[in-house]
Amino acid sequence: MAFIDIKDVCFSYDLEAGVKKDVLHHVSLQVERGEFVALLGHNGCGKSTLSKLFNGMLTAGSGQVLIDGLDAGLEENQLEVRRRVGLVLQNPDNQLVAGIVEEDVAFGPENLGVPPEEIRQRVDAALKAVDMYHYREHAPHKLSGGQKQRVAIAGIIAMETSCIVLDEPTAMLDPRGREEVMETITRLNKEKGITIVLITHYMDEAVRAGRVVVMDDGRILMDGAPREVFGQVERLKRHDLDVPQATELCYRLQAAGVNLPAIPLSVEECVGMFREMLGGRADERMDS
Amino acid sequence: MSEWILETKNLTYQYSAGTPFEKTAVEDVSIRIGKGEFIGVIGHTGSGKSTLIQLLNGLLRPTRGQVLLNGRDIWQEPKKIRAVRFQVGMVFQYPEYQLFEETVLKDLMFGPKNMGLSDEEAAARAREAAAFTGLRPELLEKSPFELSGGEKRRAAIAGVIAMDPEVLILDEPTAGLDPRGRDVLLAQITQYHKKRGNTVLLVSHSMEDIGRTAGRLLVMDHSRAAMLAPTKEVFAKGEELEKMGLRVPQITKIVQELRALGCPVDPSTLTVDDALKQLIPYFKQKLPGKEAGPHAV
Amino acid sequence: MLSDITLGQFFPRKSLMHRADPRLKICLTVFSIVLIFVAGNFWALAFSALYIGLGMVLSKIPLKMYLKSLKPILFLVAFTAVLNVFYGTGEPLWQWGFLKVTRNGLLNCAFVSIRIIVLILASSVLTFTTSPTQLTDALERLLRPLSKLRVPVHEFAMIMTIALRFVPLLLEETEKIMSAQKARGADMESGGLIQRIKALIPVLIPLFVSAFRRAYDLATAMESRCYHGGEGRTKMKVLRFCSHDYLIIGSAVLALGVFIALNLIFPPAIAG
Repeated sequence: MAFIDIKDVCFSYDLEAGVKKDVLHHVSLQVERGEFVALLGHNGCGKSTLSKLFNGMLTAGSGQVLIDGLDAGLEENQLEVRRRVGLVLQNPDNQLVAGIVEEDVAFGPENLGVPPEEIRQRVDAALKAVDMYHYREHAPHKLSGGQKQRVAIAGIIAMETSCIVLDEPTAMLDPRGREEVMETITRLNKEKGITIVLITHYMDEAVRAGRVVVMDDGRILMDGAPREVFGQVERLKRHDLDVPQATELCYRLQAAGVNLPAIPLSVEECVGMFREMLGGRADERMDS
Repeated sequence: MSEWILETKNLTYQYSAGTPFEKTAVEDVSIRIGKGEFIGVIGHTGSGKSTLIQLLNGLLRPTRGQVLLNGRDIWQEPKKIRAVRFQVGMVFQYPEYQLFEETVLKDLMFGPKNMGLSDEEAAARAREAAAFTGLRPELLEKSPFELSGGEKRRAAIAGVIAMDPEVLILDEPTAGLDPRGRDVLLAQITQYHKKRGNTVLLVSHSMEDIGRTAGRLLVMDHSRAAMLAPTKEVFAKGEELEKMGLRVPQITKIVQELRALGCPVDPSTLTVDDALKQLIPYFKQKLPGKEAGPHAV
Repeated sequence: MLSDITLGQFFPRKSLMHRADPRLKICLTVFSIVLIFVAGNFWALAFSALYIGLGMVLSKIPLKMYLKSLKPILFLVAFTAVLNVFYGTGEPLWQWGFLKVTRNGLLNCAFVSIRIIVLILASSVLTFTTSPTQLTDALERLLRPLSKLRVPVHEFAMIMTIALRFVPLLLEETEKIMSAQKARGADMESGGLIQRIKALIPVLIPLFVSAFRRAYDLATAMESRCYHGGEGRTKMKVLRFCSHDYLIIGSAVLALGVFIALNLIFPPAIAG
């Protein structure tokens, strides 16, 4: 059974009395344990709503959300579901509770009633896992955006959560902060087998996932490996979605009749491919 | 360029000057910006770019050195500093957080009315500014808090444009927007620049955005102005930028690597379209045998 | 800058005073304040000053910081001192019109001034050596018996924790919004009182909107981290009495004995 199993879910907000805005239309999605899924789409396409269904912050209008076999829509499952699926929000300033890093990380386990000695161990381990142990006694508002987001992630790992849902965690960060957060979640996924659902606008981030799900207007538009999804350049462009420049370049070269062995997803891949194609000279360069 | 609209001379700014917490944020910056230029400002967090732009419109007062607007020191008469802020308009990061009026229109009129314009003039300016940023007229009567995220952002930018500043400074105007919102907003800023012919300073972390809009780039590094040169020249210095924690647009990186492989491509190519113009003929000539006939993609 | 203002003036150090249990420190501070008020003569007052001075030395925080903490109340000290100087009774040492200075007035003046200064120093020792979170934590535990009377002690402590976390953030935000409105020509420095209050509206409204947005986010974050009130909650940092805490209690009891003795042996300093 899939770890996250969303079956035919609809969701709508009440705008005013009697007026509803449909956000999700019969969405079904399965995420397996240990997967790294990137969720792409425009603002208002329903991806943030979906993320809040994952841990029972919102309840589906119809259909069912099962987390590890538990119905996330039921009040009595709430704590168990949230213990399994943690949520990281966009604004790094708004989600830290305590005035000291380690006390913030301890917040989740404290709520779960974990014994003090064990909380200490979990907090230290979580801070080490996101490489913030050194800052454990700092005040959050003195940290950079990327560091704050890593503390937020540590706060979730400390609950021994098996899945982290991140709702545009890098949108407010500078390039360095973005890289810190991406490196952290990629590592947590690889080394600790934590399931990651990453909501993002940045294609270069989505490329690092094992699977990309594209949403548009409350529906799932595409779902597949990054190569499959980003290979459909025309379709993505039609929906005003971004395509990495490397991918776009090669796609259009191919369309113009240049025979390329593959469509690369990153600058590195693209350069590597050209190096191989242009032969001999590449070796000289590698030696230098 | 015949005339410099903005000029700084040995501009220096220290936070908490004279205390043990003194920190130099901008050091000895001397730059000149011409009328009607589109300048991209890059530099990683803490390089001093945010402080610099606040010095340019008189929100901060220099510790040493001068800011000249149309050749005149803006602090010559400190009491008239507000007038400078009308001439050098500043859009902060996440500007939507400054909206406060009952209606969008009233909010857009806030700046013009502070300038002493009448209600009618202010409203006319507001409507014009709204058109520049693509705000639909029916939105003007709504509360700013009812707008969507992207609309709020555009309303806030319009609020500054409505003052019709000679220089418009935008600090990461596309931060947090989705790709569609980002592209539309960038196009509107470019349009505004073209139509009004005003000077624009765009601060951004996205080299791709900067690459396709700015004519010249100001690179800030460790509180100093490390470079001020045409965009192509700056991006041709990929290695130097990397040392400052910056990078070149993805496409520029690719053509530079290709060039190192012996492909005669312009190392300062900034857009995919430009790159294609050069690369399609090159590859067709280089790999003729491998061509598998016309592709019907 | 506004954001330079810190709440509480915690100076992290490794000292006996820092390690002492915050509950004990709060109790001792309250206790000292009471004692300083009941000190009837110079000997007892001098002794309590000495005891507080010992705490200051043990805190390993430079004297300069303590002196700084006195700055805001200098006016109060000066004011009460002046009042006391002229309100003495007995033979005047100096007289000018209806103003007279007596020996008794001078003594009163010195006594009251020292009393205020020692009071402030006593609370400074507490706030300098105890982090705000430790303070809230200790208060929550000390007040816990009140929750039996249905006083929401845990909720108050949580509110304090969150306030301590968000106040610096909101101060920073105020500064940003002010800059943004100034960039649109808002004039906040001139005009009369009413004009100035009016000029604050463009700052206050965005500030409130932002505070609500943050509150909403924070609530989401807290709930998704399984927060469900104080029930069944544990704490990572458990407050525990250690040997040095007992040492401090011992010294305090001893000091109390000396204090009472001094208070009884010597005659009261202030008449009335």
